[in-house]
Amino acid sequence: MNYNYSKSQLTLLVILRVFIGWHFLYEGMVKVLNPGWSAKAYLMDSKGLFSQFFVNMSSNPGLMKYVDLLNEWALVAIGLGLILGCFARLSCIGGMLLLLLYTLSHPAIIGVKYMMPMEGSYFLIDKNLIELAALAVLFVFPTARIIGIDLLLYRVLPASFRKFII
Amino acid sequence: MEKERKDNNSKKIARRDIIKSLATVPLLGAVAYGALKTRKNWFLTRDISDVFQISGSEPMFLQPKPGGEQIRVGLIGFGIRGKQLMRAIGFAEPSYIDTLTEAKKNNPNDTRLDVFLEQDDLNVVVNGVCDIFDVYGETARLAGANINKQGTGGKPGPLPKRYRTYQELIAADDIDAVIIASPDHWHGTMAMDAARKGKHVYCEKPLTWTVPETYMLQKVIKDTGVVFQLGHQGRQTASYQRAAEIIKNNLLGHVNLIEVCTNRNSPNGAWVYDIIEGSGPQTIDWKQFEGDPDRIREYTDYMKSNGLERYMGPEERNRFSLERFFRWRCWWDYSTGLSGDLLTHEFDAVNQVMKLGIPASATSSGGVYFFKDGRTVPDVLQTVFEWPDRDLSMLYSATLASSRNRGKVFMGTDASMEVSDVLKIVADRNSQRYAEKISQGVITTDQPFFTYVPGQSNVDAVTSATELYFAQRGLLYTYVNGKRYDTTHLHMREWLECIRQGQTPSCNIDQAFEEAITAHMGTRAYLEGRTMYWDSDKKEIVRG
Repeated sequence: MNYNYSKSQLTLLVILRVFIGWHFLYEGMVKVLNPGWSAKAYLMDSKGLFSQFFVNMSSNPGLMKYVDLLNEWALVAIGLGLILGCFARLSCIGGMLLLLLYTLSHPAIIGVKYMMPMEGSYFLIDKNLIELAALAVLFVFPTARIIGIDLLLYRVLPASFRKFII
Repeated sequence: MEKERKDNNSKKIARRDIIKSLATVPLLGAVAYGALKTRKNWFLTRDISDVFQISGSEPMFLQPKPGGEQIRVGLIGFGIRGKQLMRAIGFAEPSYIDTLTEAKKNNPNDTRLDVFLEQDDLNVVVNGVCDIFDVYGETARLAGANINKQGTGGKPGPLPKRYRTYQELIAADDIDAVIIASPDHWHGTMAMDAARKGKHVYCEKPLTWTVPETYMLQKVIKDTGVVFQLGHQGRQTASYQRAAEIIKNNLLGHVNLIEVCTNRNSPNGAWVYDIIEGSGPQTIDWKQFEGDPDRIREYTDYMKSNGLERYMGPEERNRFSLERFFRWRCWWDYSTGLSGDLLTHEFDAVNQVMKLGIPASATSSGGVYFFKDGRTVPDVLQTVFEWPDRDLSMLYSATLASSRNRGKVFMGTDASMEVSDVLKIVADRNSQRYAEKISQGVITTDQPFFTYVPGQSNVDAVTSATELYFAQRGLLYTYVNGKRYDTTHLHMREWLECIRQGQTPSCNIDQAFEEAITAHMGTRAYLEGRTMYWDSDKKEIVRG
């Protein structure tokens, strides 16, 4: 491992990773455990440049079954990956993708009102985007091979798989 | 020695590394605890299934039987509603398709074209059309021929025959069923004549214009046994079906007051429709517009014998008038006013939900308070109906000059229910049934604790904030098996399927009879300025 983090750098990066993982995992588990949950209403309320794509998605019940399932379990898997440091960089990419989709469906643009009121005031940059940026930071400053299951995986997995971990 | 140690290090995994690699695992327990606790809490605080029992079943619609025969349809009247009915069975005039295509081009969110194109094929053919205005009559042919749902320049099928009189249309051998979308003063006569010729009938509301024809029509439909459907498409509204279940399960307590309303505020909403280009004495058959002589006699007899001449005319019936032709709803000479045009929808919805039947009495008041354009029918009307046997009143309150929205509300001792495309129930703060839940804080009385939006399956729990948010904005559409439907389409589909399967439609002649008598009681109460009563033994409207 070529990263020479100071102790405090490493500690804070791991804390950031665990916090974001915690957030993803809890969001995912609450949805998985609530049988009536669906992103349909949220997607119907999409605004901005890409809203048509999301609204179309929401009006297709067959598709929504898979969208809901994928969203729920992706949140859980990414949360687990980040907390445990297991395929942590892959989890960063997955997390960024999800957050990008949320941002595209609900961009913080002026003059747009959403059904679910935001708890603060945002212009272009909202909490989704900040979390996305934080995941990008974690991607370029990986810690899971120092603190995390990736440390073990790196040694156990055959060389061809290692690229998914580094 | 140094080298050996290094090798050992890389091969064996030190205990230190295991600790490092699994350091964050215990955190999972904390998240899982939180999630499970949240779930338990959610169910504990939201479960109302012990005091609010309702099935989660999807609304019932008569499903088409595969391999059913094609039904040959004739249309009478291609005005505003006639056009809508034709579209609902899949036939739109090409110019309408042009309009929708243009609208979609300008606004990608305008889905009307897609909804129309994706509408189920009802397996009907339009063999005849009839309208006494040439422009409408010819456009109706184009609509009937537009089997490929194309705009101008598309490839039409064979043009249906245009009949100059409805009598000729209903006599045609190649027509099995007729759709009647004429002005009110023709409904009953056309429906009776069609039934006598053995044609099945879909008739726009209200059922009749005069009281005597109401009895005749009921008898003719029963004697001939044709399949009859009255055009209250609200019968297909999913939330009304759910409302009926809520009443049946007594979840509102004793319902003692129902309020239904009409609020509109535009010339179009007040029946001041456009005068169409190309209309004139040469293109409109005024003689036919005047009405059936028997009906006119019944109308004139009633008005004159009760001193109500001031509500007749004011123009002579035989005098050609474009205003009266296109805006006929403004004059009692052809119209049934607010009572027949709009109260009937409200009453039929309530009758569907509560099975009230004809009220024991009706009292009305109102007047022409805004549209002083020479009309004789009121633009503000209040009618109160009483059902002493059910211990309840229904207030109909209408204005055509204010669009303040008021819901259809059923007020009970335990809760009140507001029904539109969605359904909302608010618990009464003095309720016995919900008292415990209210005191526990599970149910609050300042906002709905139950909302029904079509397609929603979670009926055991208090509505969550998100669901409520969306329900209040009516954002969720009606879907049947994943497809968005127009209720008029469903209502006509039910009629056609009943013809094929030998069943009785939801708004059959008995329901229609109750609708018509109720509306007539309201109208007579207004015209005569006194309460009208229903003598249920003699089956007639009497004065107090």
